Amino acid sequence: MNPTIYLEVVVQGVLTGLVYGLMALGLSVIFGVVRVVNFAHGEFTVAAMYAAFLLFTLFGVDPLIATVPIAIVFFGVGYGLQLALVNRFVGRAEHEQFILLVGLAIIIVNGTLLIFGADARPVRLSYGFDSFLVGPVIVDKVRLYAAAAALTVAAALFLFFRFKPTGTAIRACADNLVGAAVVGLNVRKLYALTFGLGLACVGAAGALMETIADAKPELGPVYTLIAFIIVIVGGLGSMTGALVGGVLIGISEALAGFVLAPSMKSMLSFALLILVLVLRPQGIMGRRT
Amino acid sequence: MIGSLNPRARVLLLVLLAALIAAPLVADRYLISVLILIFYFAYVGQAWNLMMGFAGQLSLGHALYVGLGGYVSALLWLKFGVGPWLGVFAAVAVAAAFGAVIGWLGFRFGIEGVYFALLTIAFAEFTRIAFDHIDYAGAAGGLFLRVDESGEWWNLRGGTLLFYYLALALAAGALVLTAFLARTRLGYQWLAVREDEEAARALGINAFRAKMMAVLISSAMTAVGGVFTAFYNNNLFPSRVFDINRSIEIILAPVVGGLGTVFGPVVGAFILTPLGEALTALTGLFGINTPGVKGAFYGLALMVIIVLKPSGIWPWLARTLRLTEHRP
Amino acid sequence: MSLLAVEEVSKRFRGLTAVDGVSFAVGEGDIFAVIGPNGAGKTTLFNLIAGVLAPDQGAISFAGERIDRLTPDAICRRGIGRTFQLVRPFPALTVEDNALVGALLRRPKVEAARAHAHEVLRRLDLYDKRHQVASALTLPDRKRLEVARALATDPKLLLLDEVMAGLRPAETDRMVAILRALNRDSGITILLIEHVMRAVMALAARVLVLHHGAAIAEGTPDQVVRDQAVIDSYLGAEAL
Repeated sequence: MNPTIYLEVVVQGVLTGLVYGLMALGLSVIFGVVRVVNFAHGEFTVAAMYAAFLLFTLFGVDPLIATVPIAIVFFGVGYGLQLALVNRFVGRAEHEQFILLVGLAIIIVNGTLLIFGADARPVRLSYGFDSFLVGPVIVDKVRLYAAAAALTVAAALFLFFRFKPTGTAIRACADNLVGAAVVGLNVRKLYALTFGLGLACVGAAGALMETIADAKPELGPVYTLIAFIIVIVGGLGSMTGALVGGVLIGISEALAGFVLAPSMKSMLSFALLILVLVLRPQGIMGRRT
Repeated sequence: MIGSLNPRARVLLLVLLAALIAAPLVADRYLISVLILIFYFAYVGQAWNLMMGFAGQLSLGHALYVGLGGYVSALLWLKFGVGPWLGVFAAVAVAAAFGAVIGWLGFRFGIEGVYFALLTIAFAEFTRIAFDHIDYAGAAGGLFLRVDESGEWWNLRGGTLLFYYLALALAAGALVLTAFLARTRLGYQWLAVREDEEAARALGINAFRAKMMAVLISSAMTAVGGVFTAFYNNNLFPSRVFDINRSIEIILAPVVGGLGTVFGPVVGAFILTPLGEALTALTGLFGINTPGVKGAFYGLALMVIIVLKPSGIWPWLARTLRLTEHRP
Repeated sequence: MSLLAVEEVSKRFRGLTAVDGVSFAVGEGDIFAVIGPNGAGKTTLFNLIAGVLAPDQGAISFAGERIDRLTPDAICRRGIGRTFQLVRPFPALTVEDNALVGALLRRPKVEAARAHAHEVLRRLDLYDKRHQVASALTLPDRKRLEVARALATDPKLLLLDEVMAGLRPAETDRMVAILRALNRDSGITILLIEHVMRAVMALAARVLVLHHGAAIAEGTPDQVVRDQAVIDSYLGAEAL
């Protein structure tokens, strides 16, 4: 078979993987800092996809641009959710928090089912079928733009955590919660901020995802699992790990879908998850706690 | 805690049981089917409750065992004419084997909490996709049993009544088994491991063994539910039976009713299923998309319970109605 | 032959030597105390004996058998019971059920185990509170429950990790009296880590002093408190 095709499949996987990576970045931030097992992560992503769909269908806004307002709204949602609801569960048994978010996930899935129905809701972009020719490889314009946007958002987040004082404060909370509280950091607010940032990533990722996949209610659990796989494979608490993991899962899905069968593309991801859980739970780039 | 029912409550339970046994005389087909659903969820919920509520191991992939139980027994029937009363043994064995692998991987390698839950999901999902491509088992198109109410009850080829009493027997049996296990040495070991595994070890408890027993019993029990579902519904699709949504459905009744209690899953099933069905019927009158409504209701119920009454409805009910006795 | 023999045991954590070549022996029926400043390695030593950690060097023997490679539950089955410095009762279980779990080790039948648990609870003055949920107990009660639970496993050796910490003098005296009576009546061997010198002086027949992971003195309580090295590193001159 023509080797260029494999290259194209891999490139496609990388580009999709970067968007996955942005979604997973949100989870890494939420799970890694606030230690909330956000089992509604994928569902929120799908909600963002529908938001982008609405903005495009009703107002003609390109999802790439819609990324910004959607991310902002999702930030607010995350901030509020953490303060109003999730914060009560910080000290409680882990499974209770888990169940809370499973409940939320179920509500979102069924809510989108009720409102939008079960059919796929795609976004028909004017440049949807355009592509660039990079060497011998054909690259979808849409995927390239989405990946570039994802990288931009991720970079912005990275810079925030690295250089802004609040970002450093959040990292302190992740490292040593008691210590952070002792030096006077307002942990509750920082948690809310973090959850907001995490969901903002999800909002952005979802809007971008709508350009390469079609919004469907049943994608919620699928994306939740992908996010967790990426975060665990790439390493909890590592931002680069989330992106690297995303790319890895994107490539493995693309290859598995191409070589085996499209319906089998997730099998490799799940096998990888089991392997990583057993052998190296801190992931590829994570630190051993 | 595991307070025993006081004499008054025992009488109530017996009355309820008698009413359920007599129900088919007065109830219509729809009500019977709802009751079967209740018994089914009470049964598999109890199986899951043993592993989570008692031993503290969170499994979100229990649909795996339902699916395996169903497929093994259905395949034995379709390809070899082996009836379910024999097939169930094979179904249980296969499911328990999978449970043993998952348990061994999890407990031997220290995979705990949410990571263990993800492990269980990974196995269920992997198996689901695998079955989508196993032609021998019908692949994605599914497996079909001929709908046959000829009355060969030993092959579960009977009408609704047969399945009604079978489901009732399963649910009641699970209740009795749980009540029994809760009072054994193993039951207390489970509680200790759930509460604080390291402290349990310091008291000489082999935590690995205790947790493995929980997984094995739970997966075996759940597989029987799978056999039931295969022969009751007469069809099996990987995307339906192994689906993560099935796994989540299984946890609803025990969580709402009361994790780690003997009656929790039963109470939860008796509350959730009728309410869900009623909601479906109600919104159907207004022409609203019903699968979404029922699902949203279950999600809401889960959130409300975990925020307001995390220990479930049964403990509160037992206290309010004074159904348990405290030892003097 | 001593019941517990610790020989040249060392444990390092990434560059920090927590326990440094410690040796001592505890005879059957003795009450032996290990004291020293915070960070001296006392709890690490306990965790080594209890099987939570494995020593990098040295040997630990119990009733003549090497136990340093055994798991914590295997060590408990051999006859060593332990309490935790930060008490860890089973929060959702009653006092009775907490002790019951311990008693089930040697008594597989629940009713027999429950009877034994009652006995142990009586000894620790907790019988009247047996239906209370453990999470609702006061600290002194939790400490006694911690001891009761370990005791219910019928150990030959009881490891008590700072069991007096946080107790008022009256409660300390009560605990001391209980432990003394236990040792006298059943001959149980007790190895305790303690900061509360009042308890050490009242209970222990022999004392080992640790500092920076190493043993700096061993003897009777009177000998040890007069030891200059001990005074310099830990007690201070006012302790006399």
